[in-house]
This record gives sequence, C-alpha cells and structure tokens, in this order.
Amino acid sequence: MIAALALLLGCQLAGELVVRSLVLPVPGPVAGLALLLALFAARPALVERLRPTSGVILANLSLLFVPAGVGVVANLDILTEDGPAILAVLVVSTLLAMAVTVGTFLGVRNLMGGARK
Amino acid sequence: MTEVATLWSYLSASPLTWLTATLVAYLAAARLSQAAGHSPLANPVLWSVIAVALTLTVTGTEYRTYFEGAQFIHFLLGPATVALAVPLFDNAAEIRRTALPILAALIAGSGVAVLSAIAMARALGLSDAVILSISPKSTTAPVAIGVSEAVGGIPGLTAVLVILTGIIGAVTVTPMMNALRVRDWRARGFAVGVAAHGIGTARAFQVNETAGTYAGMGMALNALLTSLLVPLLVAWAV
Repeated sequence: MIAALALLLGCQLAGELVVRSLVLPVPGPVAGLALLLALFAARPALVERLRPTSGVILANLSLLFVPAGVGVVANLDILTEDGPAILAVLVVSTLLAMAVTVGTFLGVRNLMGGARK
Repeated sequence: MTEVATLWSYLSASPLTWLTATLVAYLAAARLSQAAGHSPLANPVLWSVIAVALTLTVTGTEYRTYFEGAQFIHFLLGPATVALAVPLFDNAAEIRRTALPILAALIAGSGVAVLSAIAMARALGLSDAVILSISPKSTTAPVAIGVSEAVGGIPGLTAVLVILTGIIGAVTVTPMMNALRVRDWRARGFAVGVAAHGIGTARAFQVNETAGTYAGMGMALNALLTSLLVPLLVAWAV
C-alpha cells in the first residue's frame, strides 16, 4: 500500500512539475493521470500492484469532496440577491449539458452501428 | 463547568476533532445512502456537507479552523484523480472502440455546458462578473478556478458554483437518465462526468463501475477542453 501511495503521489508530483514548467492549462493531477497511464502501458504488471489501493480510494471518492462542500456552505452569502437566478442557471445548464452529451454519445454510437448495448 | 469549557476550547480548535467529525458524518451519510437503496436524494456528499456545516454553525466554529483538520481528506483529491488511471487502463480497448462517440459527446456537452450557462445568466440579467464566474462551472474545481481568474471572474464564487453544479448533477443524473431510458452505462457515466465533474463521477462509481470509468474520463477530458473553450467563448459572448 505504501508503494502504491508513493507511485500515485509521485505521478501527481511529476504531473505538477510538467504542467508548471510548460505552463499548460491542465491541472497537475490530470497530467499525473496521463503519466500513470503511460507507465501502465510500458509495464502492465504495475496495474495489479496499484489496484487494492486505488480501489479503496475510488470507492470512497464522495468523502473527498466533503471539505470543499462545507466551504461552499461557509461562503453561501456570496450568492445573496442573485441566488435564485444563479441556481436556476446551474440546474438548467447542468441538465441540458447532460442531455446533449448523452444524446450525442448515443447518436454517434448508433451511426457507427455499435448499438449492441 | 469551567473544565468542560477548557476541554471544549481544546477540542474545537484541534484538527483531530474536525477530521474525525468529517469521517463520522460521511460514514453516517454513506449508511443512509445504502439504507435508501442509493437513492439520488440520499447523496452522501450532500448529507455529510449538511451535517458538518450544521455542526460548525451550532458550535460557532470558523471554516478555517475546520479545514485545518479536513485538509488531510481534501488533499487526497489529487492522488484520487491519478488513481482513475486504473479503471481507464482496464477499459482501454473498450474506450478505443468508443473514441468517436466520446469525442463528439465531449465537444457537444462541454460547449453546451459553457454556452447555455452564459446565455441564461445573461437573459436573467446577471452581472458580467457573475457570468464570467459561472461559465466554467461544469469543470473540476482547480481548473474552473484558474479559468475564472484568467477571464476576470470571481474565483471564490466559481468554487461555490462548481461544487453546487456537482451536487445538482449527482442528484439528478439517475432519475434523468432513467426518464430518458438511457441504458448504456458508458453514455450515462460520460455525461455526468462532463456536466458535473468529480462529484458526478463519485456518484457514477456508486451506481456502476463502467459508468464511473466513463465519468472519470469525461471529467478529465472536459477539464482540458473547458480551459481552452471558455476564454474563446467568453471573448465572443460577453
């Protein structure tokens, strides 16, 4: 588990370094993810060594958003007078984005003749 | 009585208290979610946040004090993002087969997420600063905050809007996809990842592993696209 954590953190750190030195508009952890994928491609045996740890982290992903979520409540006053309008925008735009994404995905999938699922 | 007061003043300022409180609130919310058959309204992020926020309000604890304990959990968001490489690698062959639907859905979904937010905020008469802050709302928090800063929004407001968007997506995705009769877990997951980033992805993993994998991919790809798209669309629309 320690080796797995070191690998995850090492990839994140390398990702941060790449993003910062090349001034890329990508978050460091996403670059770290790409890096880890490249490592897996080079050495597939690494996947099995990481799996127990990554499994625990991803199964409890919701927990990791709690501190930031509590911060939202602490800053709710920032919404004040525009609150209802802003909430309406968030709800409508999020539902619309999900509908368009899923519709496009299924549409292109069917066009490709892959409608087996 | 004074002993209790002294004890409390130690406890309320200690990171240990708030780290423990966060874990306990999450465990209770996860139980609740399980008991409710993973009903979207029993979303564990939503209810843990409410429980902790109420505790902070009742005890008069500042967010800064709370975060000193909670930061240890918050920190894990980075390695968790990296860990998404495991399900992505497992599904690499499948993902290659769906590369075209993925790319098309990404461009359409990401564009609609940004443009519909700008257009509607404008129609409702919101100020330019708010419009700019709301435009990257579907992207993962660190990217959204960076984008908001770059285009002249209010980063603090963007952080709030991003988390709210994630919760809205996580709560609505299952009933919406069921109503639309979408049975393809890949499409369902990808949509919630694009529209509602990590909180949507956490929800997707709760429902189905394939959905979670595609959600994680949607989130990562949208982080890339939004950071390129928002500055362009904002220049044109605001």
